[in-house]
This record gives sequence, structure tokens and C-alpha cells, in this order.
Amino acid sequence: MSMFRDITIGQYLSGSSVVHRLDPRTKITIVGVFMVVLFTAASATAYGVLIAFTALAVALAHVPTGMLFRGLRPILFLLLLTFVLQLFLTRGRVLFELGPLVATWEGLRLGVFMVLRLLLLLVVASLLTLTTSPVSLTDGLEAILAPFGVVGVPAHELAMMMTIALRFIPTLMEEADKIMKAQMARGADFETGNPLRRVRSLVPLLVPLFVSAFRRADELATAMESRCYRGGTKRTRLNRLKAGALDALAAAATAVMALVVIGLRWWPFR
Amino acid sequence: MSIETRDLTHVYMSGTPRAIAAVDGISLRIEDGEAVGIVGPTGSGKSTLVQHFNGLLRPTSGHVLVDDTDLWGAGAAGRGRGRRVDLRGVRRKVGLIFQFPEHQLFEETVLADVSFGPRNLGLPAAEIKDRVAEALRIVGLGADGAEGIGRRSPFGLSGGQMRRVAIAGVLAMRPSTLVLDEPTAGLDPRGRAGLLDTLADLHHKLGLTLVVVSHNMEDLAFLVDRVIVLDKGKIVGDGPTREVFSRPDRLRSLGLDAPPVVGLMHALAARGAKVRTDLLYPEEAVAEIMRWLGTRAKGRRGRRPSGGARGKDGAGEGGDGASVHV
Repeated sequence: MSMFRDITIGQYLSGSSVVHRLDPRTKITIVGVFMVVLFTAASATAYGVLIAFTALAVALAHVPTGMLFRGLRPILFLLLLTFVLQLFLTRGRVLFELGPLVATWEGLRLGVFMVLRLLLLLVVASLLTLTTSPVSLTDGLEAILAPFGVVGVPAHELAMMMTIALRFIPTLMEEADKIMKAQMARGADFETGNPLRRVRSLVPLLVPLFVSAFRRADELATAMESRCYRGGTKRTRLNRLKAGALDALAAAATAVMALVVIGLRWWPFR
Repeated sequence: MSIETRDLTHVYMSGTPRAIAAVDGISLRIEDGEAVGIVGPTGSGKSTLVQHFNGLLRPTSGHVLVDDTDLWGAGAAGRGRGRRVDLRGVRRKVGLIFQFPEHQLFEETVLADVSFGPRNLGLPAAEIKDRVAEALRIVGLGADGAEGIGRRSPFGLSGGQMRRVAIAGVLAMRPSTLVLDEPTAGLDPRGRAGLLDTLADLHHKLGLTLVVVSHNMEDLAFLVDRVIVLDKGKIVGDGPTREVFSRPDRLRSLGLDAPPVVGLMHALAARGAKVRTDLLYPEEAVAEIMRWLGTRAKGRRGRRPSGGARGKDGAGEGGDGASVHV
């Protein structure tokens, strides 16, 4: 079903680019910093810097842009809605009127910024998963969360949960595809009818899918226990994360970008 | 229903480096009322092939004809052109039962689940009730039918019962062709025997066309008259069941096997026993081996008075018996 083919979030494209070779901790931190900085951006110049930074990262990662933008398709509607709401609900100088609705210059500006913000957020997040294998992603996350263990954050467990969730995405998609076909063979129709009907038509898909997910979870838990899995305490690992010169460079570039964008916000002569 | 494919090809992930032709130029015709088995090693394209039979998959190229109607009009080349065939109508007539069909159950009661198909057809309530009762009876859950098992949750049944309920769900559509993917996988011997009997009845008594995908050669020997062998998306064998199974060496080279009876008869023949090797069923084999033992015993008895001439007699009537002991 084409329905499942467009989802690229969470996919990993193996490669050996500069971005692929970065330490996952570096990449996760950069994405975190980028997100915070993104929300302080309030001028065209600031957005320009952010776009340039993102474009540079995409170019260095050698990820096909088609693949990157295909993942954006599902949120097109959200982007459009955000833009329209900002355009009409912001007060200011009148741009044009549409019946009772008044579009403003300030709304246009805000709308464009909001759409850019969402787009950049999504591109950077997809870039992270596209260039980082699920295993190193969770390793990185675990390493970052580990210090919070002293205040009771179960870092290892959270990372393990994420690994398992990522591991089962393709499996469950395959399962969903199979169940969907089986119900279609019984005359089910997933594609036509009003929204309510279409939501109801998902019941024959979702119930078996949940049943099988629980079954798989149960089997996996048994398999892990039978191999003596014991959570995070005192586990050692085969491949230890190692940050290098490349990571320092990336961190420095990110710091510069962050300072410029934040600086632009309080810069008196923008 | 007759099902025909012409030069059918299905490519997964086309346009990517990982593109693979699961079905590669298959042309076949299954006549109305036939019982056909499809065998092949894992990944040979069996499941992909049968999903074309009711229009669940659209061919990358080539044609699928059900009752001589082309499901995809001008074929893959003419996407969007031509009149659209009513695929739901086709799916009603060609019932497809996937591997582990019990995984598709979702309703609160058995009755509700079996009636899902007929309800999708928009039938009147009375007709739905009839069909559900009939379908449950066919799969052998009719004895305590509506009041007993019908009101129970399908998730509380045994594996074999769940599978029967799932199959009833397809039968309630009253298909004229039944396509089954590994119908007996994972069933216990009693469940398997019961299901095979049900399927044989559907074919022989109700005249349904059967297409059975299976790794279990005994099941196929019992159910079908014709076997199609697939390997790497292509047909590498097609003929009467007895003929296809009479060449176990060829099947073995594909990682498959013939029914155990065929193996036994070939092993006996290889050791010099003069027995037929084209037998499929234990009953036949027993009769044949008894016949051969009879001739062997007769040969011995006839020979005994003559005494010492054993070595020379090797080529005689009883010779085959002697060589078995070598």
C-alpha cells in the first residue's frame, strides 16, 4: 500500500559521509541546540543563517534531497494550515481582505517564519535519523542521558525502548500491509467514503495489528529473559563511542551558528 | 473461475538499487474447477503470484485475467486508461486466505467476524445470517454454531479453531475460487487432517476451484491434481501431481521434497525392488509393497526345491528380493 511507502521518518541510509561519521552524541547535541536556536530566530537574516547551516549539513551528508523532501509530504497540510492561520489571525497593516477575513503584512511575515521553522525542524530531525544508524542513535542517547541517572532517569531502559521501537517499525508495517490485504480480500474498503467511515474502516486493521504487536512484545520479552537480559547495571559495550577532531569542528560550527542567530535577536541595528 | 496470467511480472521496490522481480514473466492458466498446487522454495514468488489472482497486487507488467476479463485493462502499460474492473467483485469471487489467517480476526464475537465479508457486500441481514451459519458449518464449527462458538470471542479459541473461523470469514463471501497460502502451517495433526478434509469437500462436493500454496507435499498430494513449481519467480515445472512428484531428485535440487511415500518407493526401487515409484498415498504404497512381497515369496517357494542354483537365479523372478538384503 502506498500509504506506508511515503513514511521516511526514522529511516536510515547507510553511507560514509562526514555527517555519517560524526559521533552520535555530537549529532544529537547539535540537533538539540539547533532546535533551541530555531525558536529564538526572529529576523530574515537569522533564518538565512539557519537555512545556510541546514543546507550545508544536507550537502555534506550526501543524502538525496528527493528522499528528504518525500518525508515532508505528510505534513504539507499542517504547513499550509499554519501559514493560513498566521496570515489571517495576526493583527497589523492590511495586506488584502477576503470577506470577513483580513490578511496582514505582519501575518504574512509570521506565517512564512512559522512554516520555515517547521520545515527546518523536520529536515534536521530527518537528517539525524537518515545519517545515524538506530543502534548508534540509541547509544548516543544513552550516553547523553546517563549523567541524569543520579536523579533517577532510567537512561539505559529508555534507550533500549527506543531501539526496540525502531527495530519493529518495518516489521509492523509489513504486518499492517498483510492484514490490510487480508481484510481487502474480505471486501473491506480503506480508500473511499467520508472521514468517519474511513476512520471506522481502520478498526479491522488496528485490532489485529495491536494483537500482533502485543504477541511480539511478549515473545521478545521471553527471548530477552531467556538470554539473561538484566537492564543497564554494569553492562559493558563492544563499541565505545569516541569523539574526534571532526566532532570538535562540527561543535564549533554549531556554536558559531548559535551565537550569530541569538546575537541577531538582541543586535540593535538589524 | 478460470484464472490466467500472461507474462506477469512484479517488481518490488522498482526504481531503487534493491529492485527485485519477485514474479518474472509468468504465464499460466488455471481452469474452472481445477485443484492446483503451487510449490517453490522460500522467496520463489509464490505469495506474490497468488496476490495477483484477486487484484490485491497490480502487476508491474503483464496481464491477469479472471474469467477472461483483464483486471487491469490495457495492463500496466496503460495505467489509468480503459474501463475499470470492479476489483471488489473479483475479490468476492476469488477468495484469498493468507498464511496464518487467524491474525486477521478483529471482532468481538465469532459471528461478527465471519459476517464482516458479507456485510461489506451490503447484503440483507437474513442473508448474512444464512451465509455465516453455512460458512461455520462448512469449516466444522456448525454443531454448536450460532449459540455456542458464535457468541464467543475469537481470541479465546484454540489456534485450529481460530484458523477455521478465519477461513469461514472468507467462505461467507461464497467465492467460487479459493486461493490458500500455506493453509495447514502450524496446525496440530488433527487440526490439519480436519482442514484438509474440509478443503477436499469444498472442491469435490461444492465444485470450488482450489489454488493451494504449500511446502507440505503430503497436503498437496491429498488435495490437488496439478502442481506448478516455481523458482526465482519463474515456472520450472507444471504437470499432474503424480508426474511432478515422481522426480524427487529434481525437487530436492530446488530445496523441496516429494511426499514421504515417493521417497520410500524410490528407495526400495534403488535397492532393486521391482515396485512402482509413481505412488503418492500410503494406502497405494501398502498395496504395492504387499503385491511385491507376494511375488517375492512366490519366487522363493518356487526356487527352494532346486536347491543350490541361487547365484544364477539372480536375474529370475525372485532376484529382486535377494538384492534387497545386500
